[in-house]
Amino acid sequence: MNKTHRVPSNRSLSTVEVKSKFGAEFRRFSLERSKPGRFDEFYGLLQHVHHIPNVELLVGYADVHGDLLPINNDDNYHKAISTASPLLRLFLQRKEEADYTFGTNSLTRKKNTVLSAVLLRPDATRKKPPVIISLPRDFRPVSSIIDVDILPETHRRVRLYKHGQEKPLGFYIRDGSSVRVTPQGLEKVPGIFISRMVPGGLAESTGLLAVNDEVLEVNGIEVVGKSLDQVTDMMIANSHNLIITVKPANQRNNVVRGGGGGGGGGTASGSSGRSSDSGASYYGYSSHGGVGAAAPAPSHIIQNFPVGELESEEEDDEDLVIEVGGEAESAGRDPADYGMPSLPRYEPHLNLRTPSALSVNGAALASGSSGPPSNANSTTPSPDRAAEMRSLEEDGTVITL
Amino acid sequence: MKRFRRHGQESQRERLKQELFQFNKTVEHGFPHQPSALGYSPSLQLLAIGTRSGAIKLYGAPGVEFMGLHDENAAVTQVHFLPQQVELVTLLDDNSLHMWTLKAHTGLSELLEIGRFTLTGPPGAPPSVTRVTAVLAHSSGELLLLGTEGGHVFIVEVPGFRELEERNISLDQVASSVPDNYTCRRNLEHVEALQENPVNPSQVVIGYGRGLMVVWDLKKQRAIQHIPGTQQLESVWWTEDGGYLLSSHNDGSYCRWTMGSKDVDEEDVKSDIPYGHFPCKAISKIVQLSTEEGPPFLLFSGGMPRASYGDRHCITVIHGKTHVALDFTSRIIDFFAIRGGPQHTGDPSALVVLVEEELVVIDLQTEGWPVIQTPYLVPLHSSAITCSHHVSAIPLKLWERVLAAGNMQSTHYSKKPWPITGGQNLGPDPPQRDLLLTGHEDGTVRFWDASGVCLYPSYKLSTAGVFHTDADPNDNMNQGTEGEWPPFRKVGCFDPYSDDPRLGVQKIHLCKYSGYLTVAGTAGQILVLELNDEAAEQTVEAKVVDLLQGQEGFRWKGHTQLDVREEPVLFPPGFQPFALVQCQPPAVVTALTLHSEWKLVAFGTSHGFGLYDYQQKNNVLIKCTLNPSDQLAMEGPLSRVKSIKKSLRQSFRRIRRSRVSLRKHHAGRDLPCISIPHQMEIAPVQRKIEARSSDDSFTGLVRTIYFADTFLADSSHNTPSLWAGTNGGCVFAYMLRLPAAERRADEPVTAQPAKEIQLMHRAPVVGILVLDGHGAPLPEPLEVAHDLARSPDMQGSHHLVVISEEQFKVFGLPKVSAKTKLKLTAMDGSRVRRVGVAWFGSSRSEDYGESGLVVLTNQGDVHVVSLPTVKMQVHYPCVRREDVSGIASCVFTKHGQGFYLISPSEFERFSLSARCLVEPRCLVEAPTDSSTQLTLLFCPPAEVLQEIQKSLEGDHT
Repeated sequence: MNKTHRVPSNRSLSTVEVKSKFGAEFRRFSLERSKPGRFDEFYGLLQHVHHIPNVELLVGYADVHGDLLPINNDDNYHKAISTASPLLRLFLQRKEEADYTFGTNSLTRKKNTVLSAVLLRPDATRKKPPVIISLPRDFRPVSSIIDVDILPETHRRVRLYKHGQEKPLGFYIRDGSSVRVTPQGLEKVPGIFISRMVPGGLAESTGLLAVNDEVLEVNGIEVVGKSLDQVTDMMIANSHNLIITVKPANQRNNVVRGGGGGGGGGTASGSSGRSSDSGASYYGYSSHGGVGAAAPAPSHIIQNFPVGELESEEEDDEDLVIEVGGEAESAGRDPADYGMPSLPRYEPHLNLRTPSALSVNGAALASGSSGPPSNANSTTPSPDRAAEMRSLEEDGTVITL
Repeated sequence: MKRFRRHGQESQRERLKQELFQFNKTVEHGFPHQPSALGYSPSLQLLAIGTRSGAIKLYGAPGVEFMGLHDENAAVTQVHFLPQQVELVTLLDDNSLHMWTLKAHTGLSELLEIGRFTLTGPPGAPPSVTRVTAVLAHSSGELLLLGTEGGHVFIVEVPGFRELEERNISLDQVASSVPDNYTCRRNLEHVEALQENPVNPSQVVIGYGRGLMVVWDLKKQRAIQHIPGTQQLESVWWTEDGGYLLSSHNDGSYCRWTMGSKDVDEEDVKSDIPYGHFPCKAISKIVQLSTEEGPPFLLFSGGMPRASYGDRHCITVIHGKTHVALDFTSRIIDFFAIRGGPQHTGDPSALVVLVEEELVVIDLQTEGWPVIQTPYLVPLHSSAITCSHHVSAIPLKLWERVLAAGNMQSTHYSKKPWPITGGQNLGPDPPQRDLLLTGHEDGTVRFWDASGVCLYPSYKLSTAGVFHTDADPNDNMNQGTEGEWPPFRKVGCFDPYSDDPRLGVQKIHLCKYSGYLTVAGTAGQILVLELNDEAAEQTVEAKVVDLLQGQEGFRWKGHTQLDVREEPVLFPPGFQPFALVQCQPPAVVTALTLHSEWKLVAFGTSHGFGLYDYQQKNNVLIKCTLNPSDQLAMEGPLSRVKSIKKSLRQSFRRIRRSRVSLRKHHAGRDLPCISIPHQMEIAPVQRKIEARSSDDSFTGLVRTIYFADTFLADSSHNTPSLWAGTNGGCVFAYMLRLPAAERRADEPVTAQPAKEIQLMHRAPVVGILVLDGHGAPLPEPLEVAHDLARSPDMQGSHHLVVISEEQFKVFGLPKVSAKTKLKLTAMDGSRVRRVGVAWFGSSRSEDYGESGLVVLTNQGDVHVVSLPTVKMQVHYPCVRREDVSGIASCVFTKHGQGFYLISPSEFERFSLSARCLVEPRCLVEAPTDSSTQLTLLFCPPAEVLQEIQKSLEGDHT
């Protein structure tokens, strides 16, 4: 999240042009780049220029990459000022009706975030933390360190959120041997290690995993006694929501328990243990057909999951079912089950899903992926039949779930 | 999960599981891989085969078989039954001797190892002194004579393996009495052969490698005759009357020596090189058997002219004027003859030859010496097995017709019963008739009677006749030109050379009720066959199916499709093809199913799937599943083979390199084992962790295809449907519309796409199954019509079970709403390789049973997963994880048994059912003591003892 390393050095203008948007209103003003002042002064200034003295605000700005990032303390305020190039674009919102999220590409995805805000914030009334830092839920998590309180300090449990995004997980594992302390003394045992990181991959970008880290568990299941291929298959099977417990090769960056974890850098950037029930994946799957009708995947993420019980409660990936062919009309008749043609409907899912007895607590997207429906009609037993099918085809894909 | 279940229910379920499931490896079918030794006991009528992997297998009457495995992983080099006993001795490659016995226990015999022994020489002696090269089980049943590489003969009392040191025959003892005129007296070399005088058990002949043979009197402890052979000795045979000794030699000659009290003169020798003039190969074993009237049988192996026929594997049989060189297709391990008569001393009745890839038995009493068909030890791999299919509970009608067709194919076999008849088969008659069908590389499908312990060949179908192949049909004919010398005769059926790899059979589906069979092969050919009791001449019409459906930009780099014969072909009685589908591109068929009630065949390849109406001989549906970005699927198998070869070569090189470097470091002891971790770092085995994407290669490959009559459109009308699952985790469902029965021949069958399910985890779909309202799998086509299954419950809601490599998922129909699932891979990292549906009957109560999924994982474990709850019931380790071909070859039966290949030629049969178990149950009784048993009294004089002692010591000082 903190893109601290991207400081443009060639900007030497002394003032920063600020364009602030609140609702439909814009305000423009400028700030001294060298003396930006403190955040609360700036906050007061914003309330002042927008004439909203008693409104609690969420302040966000668009950084150089177009990402919407929060401004809520001195640090990120200074950061925002220093990276403004040359215009600093601010987006203000009432805290209680905040409807967008911070994170990568969030500006371009605003349409979806409306939905996610409606659907995925059952905990909007949650108690506010005393320190004003941006709420974890305002970010789309990419990775997190979890279960810090129950793990030995030498271990680290890392969760990688794949969420169907295109970025590869991007790491390799290998066999190796590690040394364990046993009552009989040191013993060499076979182990699984991270052998390589793919540049630009999810694993590398988190900074939480490194080459030569020993893999101890995959989604709560110990890898002791398992072959490299077995561990590979387990990781791939869990790749949409991979939780690996590692013993980092570099033990100097361990999370210090109870301390203020924000020591900068990547290591503690996520959220630790208790505080991070961010869970919701604010992005749907970008469907492989490229149409990208994204949908939220509400999920409740378990923290501190007891080993072995993961499976039944785990966030689920949901399969995609496409109805094709001739029965489109009859399918349309049942509004409880079927959405309108070619438009995904989301609300009913939760209602449909919740009573289901086992494990299915997610809902998924359905998308009119370009390929299958048209291909599916490729049989042409007779010309008139084919014509009939083509007409059905035009009704579009009816999507269930 | 567990916390919700009440304890009482759990323990009850546990008890039920014990009544339902039980894992046993029951019997090995087929021919042992790499046999290395053969033994036979005339008194027990049992045959023993030892293998290079240290297994020992005993066979008697059909159904009587035993198996043992030596703890040492060393090859069995010799097997000897103790005469008139139930014990046998094996000699292993590591020079250890093992004593086995058949012990009766609760009415059944078991093969048990009861002792082991390794000769120990005097301290400091070189290992060659005690390296056993020849073994003689003395007819007394109490002694074992062990000839060694050092030239000594050690005498050991059995079965306890007590060394009788004072009676050992040392080389020096023998050498001292060798006549002076015998050249190179000192170096007699190792003991090559030991034979007992058939009429005087106290006399044995010791044959030394250099050619000298010495007749030794065990009582008097001295040599009584020297036979000065000068050629390198291969084997010795003492004729029954004790009057002659036959010796065979390295140069392809054999000699007949007249036995007398004096040393043999040159005049008494009759020497012959049967295939002479030009240099010949060694005669490795020679046997002469007398007949009551008429000339004796002379049998020997080898001896072929080196230059012209040195590569043949031959056994020559000479009887009077008849002279035949039996020409085998693989290396001869050993042979023996079975003799008739109550004491097994009568005329030879059969010749039993163990060659590397099969056991051949030749009837020596019938004119022309035909081959007797073996009821067991059949070479499954006479052409390599490419797939298998099991059909349980064959109706009697079909069974008889298949057997009748098979009998017509085996007219060239001898009518004589199987000559090896030892032991009693106490196993119950098999409860049902089962067929195992194996597809082979040469385009044949073999039908095996798999009902009982013996896997018996019942019928062989060849699909090659439909196509033009490169092979010349006259090529395989017996090239028995008149007057050819040696008079070869081809025997045995092991023929690993495939004329055309495209003929290979990849998928088989047999409908046991209608007798329709469909067979699909490597070049995308799908044949539909019908059982016909008469020979028929017909043309097989081919229908080409373009699975690409206009997808462009692809180039098929694989093999071409097979050329179909356009003229009518004469098909023998049995299964006769009447329809043929050829996929385009001609990729290997990866999924196949047949619905005989609907008269439809569905098939899939790596490019898509199709539905064929074999009544109207018409395509109903073609669907391309190809991913446009998947280039690999277009290349065909050939380029892939090349890359496998390349990688194999590379890995061999790597192994060799590491071996060389290891050896180097062993030689120079200065640098111990530092290099080994270094070696490992050069090429660490890495695995990429990446979520599956739709762009992976071969996502379009169709893995499974399934017919079901179920609710696809709405929950009130069931319709015929077709389901196909791909490698990319996609399931396609089509609704089929079949015309009414009376218009079935005219109106078209239609298929409409109905559903498409993309599994989010994208693992390959390996199985699809529909459960009826009771949660029971839908019955097979025609099963209900034949009153053999309860009709499925069409009232309750049906469920769809999709089995991917990673998960078992249950969906409700018709909405395809997810119900339950079992994540296998996420839990333990194993993946589904093979899956089947089986019914398990309770071993306690006759009427209780349940259906379950039987699964074999890539870790080699078998699991039973309950239906419809998809819960793991039991799991057992079954196949070694590294045994990829074993795992890939596994096939399950409908009653909880299974088969997998433990070698190219052997199926292991296992059972998961507590009720259904096919295993050998047999009894072998000790032969009644014959009057000939005699005890030898030995009282060696003291000076002889001393002499032995001295010579032994002298040997290694």
